[in-house]
Amino acid sequence: MANRRAAFLFLAPALLAIGVFFFLPVLAAFVLSFTDFDIYALGNFAYARFVGLHNYAQLLGDPLFWQALKNTFYFLVAGGPLSIAVSLGAALMLQPKFLRFKQLFRTAYFAPVVTTLVAVAVVWRFVYHPRFGILNYLLSLAGLGGIDWLGDPHWAMPAIILMAVWKNFGYNMIIFIAGLQAIPGELYEAAAIDGAGRFQQFRSVTLPMLAPTTVFIGIITMIGYFQLFAEPYVMTQGGPRNTTLSIVYLMYQQGFRWWNMGYSAALAFILFAFILAGSVLQARMQKRWGV
Amino acid sequence: MRRIGRLLLYVLLAALAVLTLAPIVWMVSASFMPAGQSSAFPPPFFPRAVTFEHYERLFTGIRLARYLFNSAFLALSVTAISLAVNSMAGYAFAKYRFRGRDRLFRLLIASMVIPSQVTMLPLFLMLNKMGLINTYLGVIIPGIAGIFGIFLIRQFALSIPDSLIEAARMDGASDFRIYWSLVLPLCKPVLVTLAIFTFMGTWNDFLWPLIVMTDDSMYTLPVALANLSLEHVQDTELMMAGAVMTVAPVLVLFASVQRYYISGIMAGSLKE
Repeated sequence: MANRRAAFLFLAPALLAIGVFFFLPVLAAFVLSFTDFDIYALGNFAYARFVGLHNYAQLLGDPLFWQALKNTFYFLVAGGPLSIAVSLGAALMLQPKFLRFKQLFRTAYFAPVVTTLVAVAVVWRFVYHPRFGILNYLLSLAGLGGIDWLGDPHWAMPAIILMAVWKNFGYNMIIFIAGLQAIPGELYEAAAIDGAGRFQQFRSVTLPMLAPTTVFIGIITMIGYFQLFAEPYVMTQGGPRNTTLSIVYLMYQQGFRWWNMGYSAALAFILFAFILAGSVLQARMQKRWGV
Repeated sequence: MRRIGRLLLYVLLAALAVLTLAPIVWMVSASFMPAGQSSAFPPPFFPRAVTFEHYERLFTGIRLARYLFNSAFLALSVTAISLAVNSMAGYAFAKYRFRGRDRLFRLLIASMVIPSQVTMLPLFLMLNKMGLINTYLGVIIPGIAGIFGIFLIRQFALSIPDSLIEAARMDGASDFRIYWSLVLPLCKPVLVTLAIFTFMGTWNDFLWPLIVMTDDSMYTLPVALANLSLEHVQDTELMMAGAVMTVAPVLVLFASVQRYYISGIMAGSLKE
C-alpha cells in the first residue's frame, strides 16, 4: 500500500502539469473552436458565444485558408521526401568500413540541426539575396540568371524547402545510421553467397530492413513539417502574395495578431486532424508490411 | 576502379560537408566585416578588415546582454524543473506496479501526436487570467513536464535490476531515498541526454516565447533577433553578429557533449 502511495507521489507533479497545462488546454481549444471568441471576449469571457460549426464553415470558405493549406502541403510533400532522401543518402555514404574521418563528416552534417532556426533563417535570407547573395553568385558563375529567391512567388517556397532540408537532414541521418547498424551482417553475407551484387543487396536487404526506421522517420518528419512557421516568419512574412503562408502562420496571425481566437482554434484542430490522419496512415502501412 | 570509387565517395562527402558548413562559416565571417562590406558583388567570403563594432553595438545600442540572460535563465530553469519532474514520473512508470499504469502510459504516448500549437490559445488565456503573460513563469509553465522526457527515462529505468531496489528497501531506505541516491545516479547518462535536449529545445524555441513575451526587455534571443532582422534589413553584418550570439552557445554545448546528444536521438528512435 505504501508502495502505491509512493508511486502516486512520484507521478503527481508530472501528471498534474500535463493535465492542467496540456490536456485541459487541448479540450478547451476544442470548445473554443465552436465559439466566436474575439478581442472583446478577451476582456470578458462572457462575450464569447457558441456558434456551432460556424468557424469551420467559415474556414472552408476562406481563400487564405486554402492557400495556407496548399502551401503547407507543398512544403510537406516536396520537402519531406527530399529531406528523407538526403538523410538516407548521407547515412549510406557514411557506412563503408574503410571510411576515415567518419565522426568529422557526421558532426559537420549534424551541425545545422542544433543551430537556432530563427538565426539561420536570418543567415539564409542573405544567402538568397537577389543582388549580393552567395547562391545567385554561384548561379552566375554557371551562367544562370539571378533569381529573386524570396521575392518571386514561384521560388519563395522552394527556397524555404532548400533551407529546411539543409537544417534538418542531419537529424534523420543519425536515426538512419542507427537503423543501418542494427542490420545483422549475416544477412549481407547470405545475400552475397546467393550471388547478389552490391545493388541487389541494397534492394533486398538494406531497404526492407530499414522499413520500420523509415516509417518512424516519415512520421516525425511529417509532424515537424506540418508545423512550418519560423522560416516564413523571418524570411518572407508569409509572402510574396501569400505563397509561403503556412497553417501555423495563419493560426498565429488569426489568434495572436487579430485575436480571432475561436477561428484560430478551429485552424489548430484542422492541423491536429491532418497530423493524426498522417500518423495513423503511416502506422497502418507499417503494420501491413509486417515490420 | 575501386580506388576511383573511394576517391569519388570522399569528394562527395567533402562537398556535402562544405554545403552544410558554408552558411555557418559565412555567418561568423560576415559578423566581423566592416558595415556594408557584405553588400557587394561578388559577395566577399572573408572580412576585408576584422572589426568587432557589431558585437559592441549589440551589447551597447541593443540590449543583447538582457536577451542572453533571458534565454539562459529560461533554458536552465526549464531544464532543471523538467528533469526533476520527468525523472520521478519515468521512474514510477518503470518500477512501480499500480492499476491502470500501462493504460495511462499508452495514453501519454498516444497524445504525443497532438501538436503543441493546439494548446497555445487556451494556455494564453489561462496565463492571461493568472497575470503570467510577459513573465518568465509564462514561458516555463508548458515545459514543466514532457511526455518525451518521461518516455526516455522510463525506457532507461526499466534496465535497472529490481533486486537492487529491493535490497535498498530491505536496508530500510525510503522510496524517495531510493529514487534520489540509487535510481538517479544510475540514470545519469539518460539524464544528461535529456538535459541537453531540453536546454537546446528551450533555447531555440520561438513561437511560444514570441506569444508570451510582449515587452522588449523580456524577449529571448530568437524573438529579439527575429524582430531586429525585420527592422534592420540593411544591416547585414550586425544581424550576422546577432545570429552568431544566438547560435554560438548551443553549438558550443553540442560540440562538447555531442556523444550524449547523438545517443539520445538513437534511443528516442528505438521502439519499445
